Amino acid sequence: MNAAVETHAVKLKPVSKAGKLPVNMTDEQLQAFGQEIEAIRERIMNSLGEKDARYIRRMIKTQRWMEIGGRGLLFAGILPPAWLAGTAMLGVAKILENMEIGHNVIHGQWDWMRDPDIHSSTWDWDNVCPADHWKHSHNHMHHKWTNVVGMDRDVGYGILRMSEKQEWEPYYLGQPIYNFLLATFFEWGVALHDLEAEKIRHGEKSYKDAVPFLKEVWTKVRKQVTKDYILFPAMAGPFFLPVLTGNAVANIIRNYWAYAIIFCGHFPEGTEDFDMDVVENEDKAHWYLRQMLGSANIEGGKLMHIMSGNLSHQIEHHLFPDMPSNRYAEAAREVRAICRKYGLPYNSNSLRKQFTSSMKKVLRLSLPNRRKDGDTVTA
Amino acid sequence: MVASTVKKLLRAGDWLATPLNAARYLETINPLWSDHGRGRVERLIQETPDTVTLVIRANGAWAGGEAGQYVQLGLDIDGVRYWRCYSLASPVQPGSREFSVTVNRLDGGRVSTYINDCLRAGDLVHLKATAGDFVLPAQRDDQKLLFISAGSGVTPVMGMLRQLIAERSGADVVMLHFSPDYAHCIFHDELRASNSEQRRIHLAVTREDARDGDLAGHFSADMLEQVCPDWRSRQAYVCGPSSLMSAVSELFLGAGLSSQLKQEAFVLKRAEVPEGAGGKVGFVVAGKQVDADGKTSLLEVAEGAGLTPEHGCRMGICCGCLATLKEGQVRDLNTGEVFGESGEKVRICVCAAAGDVSLEL
Ligand code: FES
Repeated sequence: MNAAVETHAVKLKPVSKAGKLPVNMTDEQLQAFGQEIEAIRERIMNSLGEKDARYIRRMIKTQRWMEIGGRGLLFAGILPPAWLAGTAMLGVAKILENMEIGHNVIHGQWDWMRDPDIHSSTWDWDNVCPADHWKHSHNHMHHKWTNVVGMDRDVGYGILRMSEKQEWEPYYLGQPIYNFLLATFFEWGVALHDLEAEKIRHGEKSYKDAVPFLKEVWTKVRKQVTKDYILFPAMAGPFFLPVLTGNAVANIIRNYWAYAIIFCGHFPEGTEDFDMDVVENEDKAHWYLRQMLGSANIEGGKLMHIMSGNLSHQIEHHLFPDMPSNRYAEAAREVRAICRKYGLPYNSNSLRKQFTSSMKKVLRLSLPNRRKDGDTVTA
Repeated sequence: MVASTVKKLLRAGDWLATPLNAARYLETINPLWSDHGRGRVERLIQETPDTVTLVIRANGAWAGGEAGQYVQLGLDIDGVRYWRCYSLASPVQPGSREFSVTVNRLDGGRVSTYINDCLRAGDLVHLKATAGDFVLPAQRDDQKLLFISAGSGVTPVMGMLRQLIAERSGADVVMLHFSPDYAHCIFHDELRASNSEQRRIHLAVTREDARDGDLAGHFSADMLEQVCPDWRSRQAYVCGPSSLMSAVSELFLGAGLSSQLKQEAFVLKRAEVPEGAGGKVGFVVAGKQVDADGKTSLLEVAEGAGLTPEHGCRMGICCGCLATLKEGQVRDLNTGEVFGESGEKVRICVCAAAGDVSLEL
């Protein structure tokens, strides 16, 4: 543990320089809070072993069988019950693949096993976004600069206005429609995330600049589309259509679900967003606190957690992005207790509440900010 | 024929399995139906109290190898994959792809201890291609060979001996093998039984009285003269602890016969790293080497040396900076933990050198 302390001493810059976060906390309290959060991380990461490895391997196995089963059923998709069951099964398999498996593997949560097949450096997931792009836009930009308006492109994805701090323009009047389209075609939205659509919209970037990026996306898209919309349907011969529609619907089911979970993670009322100056000279404790204030959890049972890729523990995921997801529930109990101790907010609610709250924000922010006296969003 | 058809089918299947490949789905059905080298432990044979032989049946993806070469064996221990090199102690059976390795428990050796205590018949092991030139000459029927081994250094030699016997080779063999005592003499019975006019096998013990005309004591030039007066005219092989290796190689060097001696060291020494110390950092792609302390991240060290490794967050969360460790170990600056296996990918933005390391950068 000596080394850890030493690292802090060496690495951390003086806290007072970073911008104040909207909480009542002295620097000493902030540092103590940071140490306690770090201690959770250390304890859990040091206890990883056989059981965890078995968890992810079993998850992958289940997912693959479900996918095989779903696709198999769709070959009989001319019969409505088979179509329904096959589509649902494939949809769930895709959700598991993208969320509990893909997203978390790409985060490096399972790198400690040193299995090259379950490793952030090799994994690619079953959607149209290339894993390498995702590592940049998500693992780096979003997780490091979470909810910092102007840095974290997940604040509205360059399409929506999700913070009062984003300047309003008439374009945002169409927000409810963009939002619906984003949800429906979520995987495409994710794939085009790094296109920086808003810069193109504002003429800061030309379409030409985007060509190399689009080419990379195309390489992946081509294969994904061939698989789901040409090869599998073609293999069904005369039953081409049920397979095609089944695959399309399964992809869309996954899109809506992933969209819903992700919007519940950072946009419900009560999650904070930040100005850029808040993160200047930020140290680890400050970063932990900001991650916590900017994230929201979803309450639910085990199934909810698994189906959400454990992003129902968004707070813990943001504190410990590389911690295996099956351990978030355990970490959450401790994090919640620490928050209570320091009088910090811990945003956790049912899926319905968090989702409704996020959708209200989408609607509210499609209009210009209303002036409210004494409403200080940042400090 | 079959293999190439299977390969073609798999390649077509890859389109259905994208972004993965078809093998990932086949593995779900049977872990051996993989495009990675894997094998199943068929049997375990307790050779001595602290040595066990694994008889492994490899899948089609494993390239195979020659007796005396070493294979990299990967095992998942407590969820983590470890790779170790072990000599093939038998030829690879052509039809069954069966071979054996013999593993001696090392003090504090995680993998060798696991193999001796925990591995069971039916378990899965990961396999990488074999390597090494500690093998029999291609033309060997009229050759004169000399094997010198000690302790578990007998395993590659045993591999070659078994191969010669299996193929009824006409090669003339003298073997000299050392063990501390009879109880720890790996392959004792088989060595005795293999002794013949054409293959003369001499056992020596160093810490017990010798029986039945065996030899006593450590290797010496005199001992070699005694059991094998024509050693100068033989292709020789030596494998064992460093004391034996240097004694034999000096003798051959002195006689101007170094080119006739093949050596295989089997003990890897890992330098003890004092708390917080750094070391020399080698960047093998860039061909550079620099000194680093124990608290500067390897990313910073690399940048200091003029490299521009890819990275993202610089704080250990995005995995954008993973680099492959070739040798040595690193210290996680967040936890202080020292770790590292060759071939492991490490986040260089939060790891510092712990002793000498080299990276594929
Ligand atoms: S640069 Fe992000 S993990 Fe190292």
